[in-house]
Amino acid sequence: MAIHSKDFRTLRLDGVQRDFGAFNALKGISLTIARGEFVALLGPSGCGKSTALNCVAGLLPLTGGTISLDDTRIDTLSPEDRGFGMVFQNYALFPHMSVARNVGFGLAMRNEPRAQIAEKVAEALRLVRLEGQADKLPGQLSGGQQQRVAIARAIVVAPPLVMMDEPLSNLDAKLRLEMRAEIRRIHAHLGSATIYVTHDQDEALSLADRIVVMRQGEVRQVGTPEDLYTRPATVDVAEFMGFRNMLPATMAGAGSGTRARVTVDGAACEGTPVGPLAPGAVTLAIRPEDLRPQDDGPLAARVDQVEYRGRAFFGIATTPGGTALHFRAPSRVAPGTALRFGADPDRILIYGGAA
Amino acid sequence: MTGAALPRRPGLRERLARRGLDGTTLLVLPAALAILALFVFPFIEGLVLSFLPKQGGPLANYAKFFGDPYLWKTIPTTLGIAIPATLANIALSVPVALRVRRMKRQRLLTTILVIPITLGTVLVAEGLLNYLGPQGWLNRTLMALHLIDRPVRLVHNYWGVLWSLVIAGFPFTFLLTLSYVSGIDPNLERAAATLGAGPRARFRTVLLPLMASGLAITFCLSFVQAFAVYPSAVLVGAPAGSTRVISIAAFQAAYETYDDSLASSIAMIMAAIQLVIVVLVLAGRSLFYRGPAGGGKG
Repeated sequence: MAIHSKDFRTLRLDGVQRDFGAFNALKGISLTIARGEFVALLGPSGCGKSTALNCVAGLLPLTGGTISLDDTRIDTLSPEDRGFGMVFQNYALFPHMSVARNVGFGLAMRNEPRAQIAEKVAEALRLVRLEGQADKLPGQLSGGQQQRVAIARAIVVAPPLVMMDEPLSNLDAKLRLEMRAEIRRIHAHLGSATIYVTHDQDEALSLADRIVVMRQGEVRQVGTPEDLYTRPATVDVAEFMGFRNMLPATMAGAGSGTRARVTVDGAACEGTPVGPLAPGAVTLAIRPEDLRPQDDGPLAARVDQVEYRGRAFFGIATTPGGTALHFRAPSRVAPGTALRFGADPDRILIYGGAA
Repeated sequence: MTGAALPRRPGLRERLARRGLDGTTLLVLPAALAILALFVFPFIEGLVLSFLPKQGGPLANYAKFFGDPYLWKTIPTTLGIAIPATLANIALSVPVALRVRRMKRQRLLTTILVIPITLGTVLVAEGLLNYLGPQGWLNRTLMALHLIDRPVRLVHNYWGVLWSLVIAGFPFTFLLTLSYVSGIDPNLERAAATLGAGPRARFRTVLLPLMASGLAITFCLSFVQAFAVYPSAVLVGAPAGSTRVISIAAFQAAYETYDDSLASSIAMIMAAIQLVIVVLVLAGRSLFYRGPAGGGKG
């Protein structure tokens, strides 16, 4: 008996708010998720992403807004009546039950016949590749195995929506990569929608069909991983997506094609504007891997330190104005060397307003 | 160079330290002395004394106790009070602890609930007499309202003792239960909820099994306290009748008939009964899950 998720078209969050006393943890989140979609909620800790997940799960009541599955409002239902699957950060496996009973818990709560439960549990354990472990207690399993049990337990009831709250944060680096692939595979097999909460941009980029970047209880940008990686909508998002160089600059006029000309540290350079730009102060955002030593580059700086990270050298340099530059170099550069740095104009993003 | 290769025999201090004995171990001495002087010695003395009756062979006291219904019936009487009182305390503590666990002002409420522990059974009995006695305010109010013609007998019987044991024992049971309940990862309940378990099912399948082993310990400790009930059995009970508990029999033997030997035998019988109950409950405990009540790593 194969496990496939129940049919639905969309899950819709409409102006979802959650306050804790005077603190607005969620300031009106709106989001539509289609069946089969993998959506990552990405943001630094405290941005409200876990709160949003708990609201969808029914573990936290909303203070405003609605959540609906197709045309049915579900935000007033208790968690046990929503029928969503949830994977907790610390797995939350029942320590007194065997792996098989943990996985079968949701089915037992739905009063399914024993034979059917056994069959579905076996299928779910096969799906997460834990066939031989059915009779063990969770405490006898490794972290990665516990994680798989938690996933099997959440998906065995074939929920329309699976929620995962930083499920890989307790695993070591190698296991994390393996589990990422597993999660993606299981998601594809189920055909359910998945909401995945993480603060790790690599995880979000590699797993999600769509990423929702959150900050201070608000959605800052929704887009495909490619969108977010190459064109963050705001300086905040850019910073979170790995644009470590944020340089103050001044608008100088239009450049070739869609580019704009700016003045940075007294030198002229071209970049790609994000959104409409007004004359005056602007901010340049450049990834460290795009900023390289160039003889005719616009930025002059003195190298402070360089470290080898396999394949390439990454370093920090300081401009005469005191701005730190994070750059990439093809070979080792001695600290104290004065160099000029530049980047491909397509890789220099220009945002309106001062940094 | 042959001598240098021989392993040096470690000194006494080093050998003791390897077994975990060092200067710090000496700190155990005062407590060990106190236990020896105040518990082990009197216990052994009592045990020996119980086999030296005023008349008859070594087992004459025990034969007398179990041959005289006036004496041996104190055992079912005491159990009939101590077990229901303990169960009532646990049954009260579990829901209160489950609720208190989620409260923000936990400490204030806990303090209020625990105050009776400072009163002692005598004060509680005194209070019960004042409130529920024939001239207590409850009876007087009910009579003033003409709901009853004569005072209702609420104390000086079985129920008076049971009440006083519940009041005096609750804080203790509650504190123990609260600590077990607080040790259960709240995420387990949330996980059960997302899997479709309503509040009752969550209690039955998750909370109760994880608490069971702790509740067994709580039962033992509360039971031992209630089994030795004396003041309230005399003050708010019927010490000659329905609440003639085993400690009353021991007291009478010691201070009314001045038969120290019989009193010691009764004390030994008390100890044996408590031990049997505790061993039974702890043996039953091995049927339950006893590991950590967390949900995994983290």
